[in-house]
Amino acid sequence: MFIQVENVCFSYDNVDEGLPVKNAVDGVSLTVNKGEFVAVIGHNGCGKSTLAKHLNAMLLPDSGKVYVDGDDTSDENKTWDIREKVGLVLQNPDNQLVASIVEEDVAFGPENLGVDPKIIRERVDWALKAVGMYEYRTHAPHKLSGGQKQRVAIAGVLAIRPQCIVLDEPTAMLDPNGRDEVMDTLHKLNRELGITVVLITHYMEEAVTAGRVIVMDGGRVLTEGTPREVFSQVELLKKHRLDVPQAAELAFRLKGCGANIPAIPLSAEECAAMLREVLQ
Amino acid sequence: MSAILELKNLSFVYGAGTPFEKKAVDDVSLSIEQGELIGIIGHTGSGKSTLVQMLNGLMKPSQGQVLLGGKNIWENPKKIRDIRFRVGMVFQYPEYQLFEETVYKDIAFGAANKGLTGDELDHAVRRAAEFTGLRPDMLEKSPFDLSGGEKRRAAIAGVIAMNPEVLILDEPTAGLDPMGRELLLSQIIHYHKEKGNTVLLVSHSMEDIARVADRVLVMNRSHLFMLDRTREVFAHGDELEKIGLRVPQVTKIMQALREQGIDLPDSVLTVDEAFDTLSSLLQREGKIW
Repeated sequence: MFIQVENVCFSYDNVDEGLPVKNAVDGVSLTVNKGEFVAVIGHNGCGKSTLAKHLNAMLLPDSGKVYVDGDDTSDENKTWDIREKVGLVLQNPDNQLVASIVEEDVAFGPENLGVDPKIIRERVDWALKAVGMYEYRTHAPHKLSGGQKQRVAIAGVLAIRPQCIVLDEPTAMLDPNGRDEVMDTLHKLNRELGITVVLITHYMEEAVTAGRVIVMDGGRVLTEGTPREVFSQVELLKKHRLDVPQAAELAFRLKGCGANIPAIPLSAEECAAMLREVLQ
Repeated sequence: MSAILELKNLSFVYGAGTPFEKKAVDDVSLSIEQGELIGIIGHTGSGKSTLVQMLNGLMKPSQGQVLLGGKNIWENPKKIRDIRFRVGMVFQYPEYQLFEETVYKDIAFGAANKGLTGDELDHAVRRAAEFTGLRPDMLEKSPFDLSGGEKRRAAIAGVIAMNPEVLILDEPTAGLDPMGRELLLSQIIHYHKEKGNTVLLVSHSMEDIARVADRVLVMNRSHLFMLDRTREVFAHGDELEKIGLRVPQVTKIMQALREQGIDLPDSVLTVDEAFDTLSSLLQREGKIW
């Protein structure tokens, strides 16, 4: 396995303000294997962003351990190794782009790591091609669309040559096309380059495209499994006031009335095909 | 009914006369009735934000007119500030605009600037807090001690407290989780029902728009692409996809079944509607109880 999270607890320090200490992450154990595409879903405040920041040593657990490729994230000598292996992409692309030209922005990471300029050139071109933004290399980032900016941010992380990318709601601020662009890019990186992807999202239609879905609630893992396993538990998810795709909800409710629905569908196409059978 | 907002051949050009000249809104004419809830959709850069910013005088049209209650809002440019009280605008991520010591003061800021004082101001603040689901005890807190969703609702309350005739919300649910989104949407619906005011809602979430809007305004490449009843607009799934938009998943499912020759209404907007339609169909055929 590539990332191993063992019984991690973490609280933001509220002691000064006299507020009760509440764990943002409260005893989470999970693993992420090399080459996996994992989606993490849950409410705001469920601990998923806090968990994400543990995966590249941005935060260190109060108790428990996180291992990345065998290295303990709390070992200070390993911090930079770990951050080269696991890159983080955040919600708002405008807060992540630093340079006034796309290719300079992408070069920022490897420059900071002291990579040879020749190799930086190669890496920047490669990273921009990988996200489909090579033609825009000399453009100004602020003139790009949201989806394009976010792909440049992903290229910036790719240029460090990580084995894993963790993304915290990368599509929250994007329009439908921008969301598709980013999702297509992530699947391509996962499929063609074998990059491990951990995607934190509120969009269930994005989560259904992952290999595995982890549902968090109250700082803990509520359930996990393949998208079908997870989204078939419509009642559990609804009870915790989480969304399910509309296709799953419709099929689940019709099934509840006795309709002959063999499995909970995840996409519109699947649902339509299934309902057609039922109606004929 | 009478038109509260009327747009006549409205255009806006950024950087006019420079090499970067760009027409963001191109010859848009339309009219919005008093009390309507209008959804506004369009891809990034389609001109929807520029369009709504012209409706309260934040941006001055390059050409054309905005009529509010029948009067050109730029008739007397010195009075444009009054228009901003009458057409209230909630920007994207408004929680970053909170600045006062207490939530109460923050909500009161706009209304006080409008000239409300004393009991009238107090009433407006408390009423706005109620509409957005903020408990009275939260009013004395610092806005920075609220959760993300609460902050956003406080920012919206600040605009509602001015009692605008038209309320414009630019992506009010962006970044909220499903529960927060649901709560905020039902508060907007409640506000709209109770006040009977005109509300314009800009959103990337077709599901949200399908649920709440009377009519939907679609912008594409600076032009008005469509303005029609919500059901009519979402019956045009193919055309919407071509311009980078979608229809709600459940609308797509029902559309696919209809294309297979199953007798269904031509535009279904919510899971509840789809469930009702399909379950009564199945019942008639004796396939479910």
